[in-house]
Amino acid sequence: MELAISVIAGFMILGAIYAIHARDLLSAVIACGIVGYSLVICFLLLKAPDLAIVQIVVETITLIIMVAVVLDSSREEAYGKFDRRAWITAGTAVAILFALFWFMWMASADLSPLGDDTLRMANAYIDGAVESTGSVNLVTGVVFDFRGYDTLGEATVLVTAVLGVLTILRIRGRKG
Amino acid sequence: MTAYWLCFILFLTGLYGVITRRNLVKIAISLSVMEFSCFLFLALTGYREGGVAPIVDVAEPVQTYVDPLPQAMVLTAIVIGLATTAMLMAVIIRIYRKYGTFDIREIKNLRG
Repeated sequence: MELAISVIAGFMILGAIYAIHARDLLSAVIACGIVGYSLVICFLLLKAPDLAIVQIVVETITLIIMVAVVLDSSREEAYGKFDRRAWITAGTAVAILFALFWFMWMASADLSPLGDDTLRMANAYIDGAVESTGSVNLVTGVVFDFRGYDTLGEATVLVTAVLGVLTILRIRGRKG
Repeated sequence: MTAYWLCFILFLTGLYGVITRRNLVKIAISLSVMEFSCFLFLALTGYREGGVAPIVDVAEPVQTYVDPLPQAMVLTAIVIGLATTAMLMAVIIRIYRKYGTFDIREIKNLRG
């Protein structure tokens, strides 16, 4: 199981690297789709069917939005010359990455191996959840019953985002 | 443990893209790559060896289930990720229509 997930995660990393370095923006967006759809397979392997369904829908919508934006433009990645400022940025990035890598190295001692034990918190959600929520799908039980206010907040965020998108796309700029 | 490390490397890839790229669309893509790595990490922490998907079969209830709590949280996070991405792309397309470029350095140099 861990091998399969590692292989797919490797593909995701390759797709992400290609997406960052592609010259054509359309190929970059489609390479981003590789990452998203590989994540769907990972969710299926990790026994999370609800997540896989949601992710496949969301990824498709995201891809459509991104392709619409990119097709509306010149699609060219603006490559300037690799000057001193670009070197400074790249150096900063590598320094930050190494710092984070060191933190992960220290934190990895506390991580339990994959698939070893459940979090203590989860037992309260698993035991007797069917009787108290009436839902045989435990994820639905958590989302709509134990964490109902969380879901309400999520819906609020979604509505706010839709209103924001409508507002941004409808206003007219000063120069048209 | 390999899966956790690869997941972390995926996060670093996205972070590198956010810091070094100058194209707004590439920055948005890198942000969603970082998002995906976080989802994968949370789903990995919830996995349990030999567990089944957290859907209770009433006829045969004694089984090992995968942890439903991280899954519920990732479900919320995925939808919010869609909302932020849509917002970001709307802002980006407005910027492109005003300035005619995705390059953040050029946009900074122009007077707006």
